[in-house]
Amino acid sequence: MSTQTPHLTEEQIWNALRQVMDPEIPVVSLVELGVVRSVETDGQRVTVTMTPTFSGCPALIVMQQLVADKVKELGAAEVDVKMVLDPPWSSDWITPEAREKLRAFGLAPPPVHGGDLQIKLNPRVTCPRCGSDNVTIKNRFGSTLCRAIYYCNDCQDAFEQFKPL
Amino acid sequence: MNKKLQQALMDRLVAMADDEVILGHRDSEWTGHAPILEEDIAIANLAQDEIGHAIIWYELAEPFTGNDADSMAYFRDARQFRNVQMVELPNHDWAFTMLRHYLYDAYELALLTRLVESKFEALAKAAEKVRNEEVYHFRHTSDWVERLGLGTEESNTRMQRALDHLWPYALQLFRPMPLDDTLIEADYFPELGELRSAWEQVVIPHLEKSDLKVPDAEPIYAHRHHHTEHLVDLLADMQMVARSLPDAVW
Repeated sequence: MSTQTPHLTEEQIWNALRQVMDPEIPVVSLVELGVVRSVETDGQRVTVTMTPTFSGCPALIVMQQLVADKVKELGAAEVDVKMVLDPPWSSDWITPEAREKLRAFGLAPPPVHGGDLQIKLNPRVTCPRCGSDNVTIKNRFGSTLCRAIYYCNDCQDAFEQFKPL
Repeated sequence: MNKKLQQALMDRLVAMADDEVILGHRDSEWTGHAPILEEDIAIANLAQDEIGHAIIWYELAEPFTGNDADSMAYFRDARQFRNVQMVELPNHDWAFTMLRHYLYDAYELALLTRLVESKFEALAKAAEKVRNEEVYHFRHTSDWVERLGLGTEESNTRMQRALDHLWPYALQLFRPMPLDDTLIEADYFPELGELRSAWEQVVIPHLEKSDLKVPDAEPIYAHRHHHTEHLVDLLADMQMVARSLPDAVW
């Protein structure tokens, strides 16, 4: 039997990539986070363009590998995963559904800031567990580059926030 | 782009990358040793960010240097590094570490704000990305300067000692490199005199508000290829694994 390379459509590739989760936040996909920027194919060769959330993110290499593996699973003859910095990733690109998934996961989603530095630095944050806004920032840096640490004064527990960028 | 402009751009990008990777390495030395857990986490983040930014600048320079980021960081010797001396100085205490970072962050933020307008488009785009992240560093280290400056007598004394020591080194950031004029003419890079006054307008009021006296000291005006003996020790640590196992993959 001859193995024929399937003719891939961009839609098939996007659908497959929707199953590739962020390695550090396994409830949201790289597509929902806005990390996958574009997909191009001539049916055999595939180019996926991605952009980093934080540029020093150590999960970047893993993300590139997961995306390449996923596209190869579809039978692509050749996969090229490119990283671009322009336009710079914004947390505003995280979809509304993904924001809810982050909250359910215990991570307060970032506020939509539209580029306003004051909103980024002094965001209104609510506790992902009890919904209270009686919270205190403990650390602008957290267990990964994209997280900050807060404390909820009502349910008296610490939680993390996905930082606005 | 003519040869001279290429050379000038390469020199600057490598200098920017070297500043970041050396400061990032000094930050990383605090991992597991910072005064409180929150700060241990924060400074590990700063280290990771700075090293990430170094990679961006090294990669922008790659068409001119012919070397990737790893070769630049791990396989050059001290005399080939173009970082300022301030970032290679040992960490000393927390006051010294935070004040150095603050002086550097304020410089970097002022620089990035101007580089966003650079006519070298790849640099302008990268500067925008890096600036978005640097805002967090600047905010964090500004808070520490204020907290320690206005804290106890002990913390204020330590901050003042750090400032007296660091101020002359910080001014080296504003010493032009030999080919800077070419970059400025092409609108690739800002003029450093203007950058220095923008920096002073930010840091001097903040230091004074934090009850610290800006010393009236002569700048350490070394060229970026002159280093203190500390860089050799730092590189011995930083490069040891890469040089012992040059083909290792992980």
